[in-house]
Amino acid sequence: MTLSLSRRGFTAGLGAFVVGFALDGKWSLAQATLPGSLNNNRRLDAWIRIDAQGIATVCTGKVELGQGIVTALAQIAAEELDLPLGRVRMISGDTSLTPDEGQTSGSQSIENSGTALRLAGAEVRSMLVAQAARQFGLAAESLTVADGVVVAADGRRVTYGQLASDLSLQREATGAVKPKPATGYKIVGQRIPRADFPGKVTGQPSYVQDVRLPGMLHGRIVRAPRYGATLSAVDERKVTALPGVVAVVRDGGFLGVVAEREEQAIAARAALIANTTWTGGRPLPDPARIHDELLALPMEDKVISDKQAPLPPGATSLTATYRKPYLSHASIGPSCAVARLVGGKWTVWTHSQGIFPLQEHMSGALKVAAADIHCIHVAGSGCYGHNGADDVALDAALLARAVPGRPVRVQWMREDEFAWAPFGAAMTMRLQAAIKDQRVVDWNYDVWSNTHTTRPGEPGGVNLLAAWDLATPVAPAPPRMIAQPAGGGDRNAIPLYDFPRQHIVNHLILPMPIRVSALRTLGAYANVWAVESFFDELATQAGADPVALRLAHLTDPRARAVIERVAAMAGWRAGDKGDGRRGRGIGFARYKTLACYVAVIAEIEVDRETGVIRVLQIHVAADAGQIINPDGLANQMEGGVIQSTSWTLKETVSFNRERVTTHDWASYPILRFPDVPRVTVELINRPGERSLGAGEGSQGPTVAAIANAFAHATGKRLRDLPLSPDRVKAALA
Amino acid sequence: MAIELKVNGAVHAVPVEPGTPLLYVLRNDLQLNGAKFGCGLGQCGACTVLVDGAPTRSCVVPTGSVGKANVVTLEGLGTPDLLHPLQRAFIDEQAAQCGYCTNGMIMTAKALLDRKPNPSDAEVRTALAGNLCRCGSHNRVVRAVLRAAEAMRGAK
Repeated sequence: MTLSLSRRGFTAGLGAFVVGFALDGKWSLAQATLPGSLNNNRRLDAWIRIDAQGIATVCTGKVELGQGIVTALAQIAAEELDLPLGRVRMISGDTSLTPDEGQTSGSQSIENSGTALRLAGAEVRSMLVAQAARQFGLAAESLTVADGVVVAADGRRVTYGQLASDLSLQREATGAVKPKPATGYKIVGQRIPRADFPGKVTGQPSYVQDVRLPGMLHGRIVRAPRYGATLSAVDERKVTALPGVVAVVRDGGFLGVVAEREEQAIAARAALIANTTWTGGRPLPDPARIHDELLALPMEDKVISDKQAPLPPGATSLTATYRKPYLSHASIGPSCAVARLVGGKWTVWTHSQGIFPLQEHMSGALKVAAADIHCIHVAGSGCYGHNGADDVALDAALLARAVPGRPVRVQWMREDEFAWAPFGAAMTMRLQAAIKDQRVVDWNYDVWSNTHTTRPGEPGGVNLLAAWDLATPVAPAPPRMIAQPAGGGDRNAIPLYDFPRQHIVNHLILPMPIRVSALRTLGAYANVWAVESFFDELATQAGADPVALRLAHLTDPRARAVIERVAAMAGWRAGDKGDGRRGRGIGFARYKTLACYVAVIAEIEVDRETGVIRVLQIHVAADAGQIINPDGLANQMEGGVIQSTSWTLKETVSFNRERVTTHDWASYPILRFPDVPRVTVELINRPGERSLGAGEGSQGPTVAAIANAFAHATGKRLRDLPLSPDRVKAALA
Repeated sequence: MAIELKVNGAVHAVPVEPGTPLLYVLRNDLQLNGAKFGCGLGQCGACTVLVDGAPTRSCVVPTGSVGKANVVTLEGLGTPDLLHPLQRAFIDEQAAQCGYCTNGMIMTAKALLDRKPNPSDAEVRTALAGNLCRCGSHNRVVRAVLRAAEAMRGAK
């Protein structure tokens, strides 16, 4: 039968029947594994519904973070359904309406949600066509579909809207209908403009910050002046007497204020700070010795790669240690949420990356059933990982609990976001390797880091800031290792290079003296930097060209292709010498060793007097498999390059023994317009190949390329980030 | 007490203390979403509006100090159906990712183009040096401003 044949042919690469060992100890035949997010959300109507007008409502659990995902997913759904984009309505991120797809993170949305929508779309289309075939009394194969109309060879036509009333999508997806071949794509692969931009450039309500409900109040939070401090006394009288103040809310060490107007809430917050006494607190590590202090803490070690081969005699051995500081997400808009409690039911408007995990952890903090908390995603300022978005949702709920029936909007102040949102972890990478006859013959790598995810949803606790300070506190979940190949602190710690002998160890530092969680790329930014820098150190030692040496150690043709492409783009010539001032360098990685391939060449100029590195030009070649939206992909590549350049040249979180001292844009400078490099991106499309996650792909290769360009320009290697003027001057002195 | 305020050509009476930053009046009393709270310190530019044509950080301007000046917000430039050339160009160049800083980019660029209809690439970058973008859309923003400048010159 055609159906079973096509099913077997199709599922071979994507899914399979699995035999599981059930909890009751009996062997059982488990359900077929379905590809992508379809596996956990198997009902077709959870993804797609068609109404009588022939409009498709498409649901995704993934959310818009500024990466353009909702537009890209709409393209995939419209393509498979054979509907114009204008007849696809997207619903994303709503605990009452959409599938649970966990976090929108890790460059996984196209791979997981996109795969689900592609298969569900193909299946729904085939059901519509089958329905039409029954009506016409014709074979389904004889019918064609265009723009939501099924047409028979004899000219009879029926629309999806007419077919939908007799068609039930209330059943499980089979995943068995083969999607379109890439050669048939009309919408996928096109430069479709972002659906949300016309509203955003004209000031239409677009963000959670713009949510405005009848009777809405404004809240602000007062946080401890330092980690671990205890709220010992509050003189509320001076605050409650202020204009517009509705409530001062205290629950253990959680303290906030609710007012009629936003500026009144801000003034009341200031008054509350002035009339609150905190005692004690946990000292922070010595910032001058932070990496050493972290390495002295308890840790969990895991060998993540071990390849044995004899070490040939006469190889040249090198050793180096690289260090990355804490980094801030530094979202332009501080985190914001609106919460309302009516009759025991909560509604929370949030820009969380994971509304279902947030719902679960809010339930743990508020001690109410998860089903009583309805979380609705509304876009926020770009987050680039786990910033204050989830925390402020619980803050808003705690304030809303004090004023039942009235919605409360809370936006963190700038200093709240910098001081209390989690940071990207400080990391140390130690390398020892040997090279002989232009072959790397030994590679030893150790990476030390705190966890890179303390997001809501982690098991064994509640990962929401306010929960830890309540009168009945709920402890955070313990940190855990994220398994390879994605990895956490060890993301991209295993290079793609073919080394005959390697030993790679991940050290997860368990105590977190400074709050950390997921920042775009997790450990990959630092690991790609260290791996690619040290690879260049070996190249220099061997007198080899960095591009040629990389190609000599890579067999994956797609890896080779991006390197060759970027070398051509930049006019790379082996043997070009840096002149003390100008230089160029290359960086390469396959993100997570399973997602997109990206190679970057940076051209830089060093001002030897001021120590300022200026990145003039960045070339990017990327292969993310089948491209869904080339401009969206290029935009992600460019953005990653510029953000990485900013991290690399300028950024470090500052703190003293008492507290985090980064609190505004003066104490946390980021790259500005005049210093932004020109960026050229070339995309290698792979029609028919699986689409590969790309949102984080350019950041590791960019830092590596800049660092290697500095070494090429000056002959000096900087092994501490950021590559600040002080460090540059010290290196060149 | 009420303060009279001229915004996007219309006069409004808003019941606020004179010290209230203009941003909260625009957003909460006049329900204008264009200007965004970014820092409340005048450092990032997300809250930029034009006050008598000058790009102004509405988060640090007391409403009482605006007087009879004409305030123009992002909404005052155009609508989704009738876009200003800058708004059109930001869409054409897809010159954003999250878009939270976009208001400040467009309003600052508007002031630049009013003063200098034919800026160079470097002049655009200098004019926008005080506006922070975290997504890394800078080069697209510059292209959008130059595209809008060309369109606006052509329209004259």
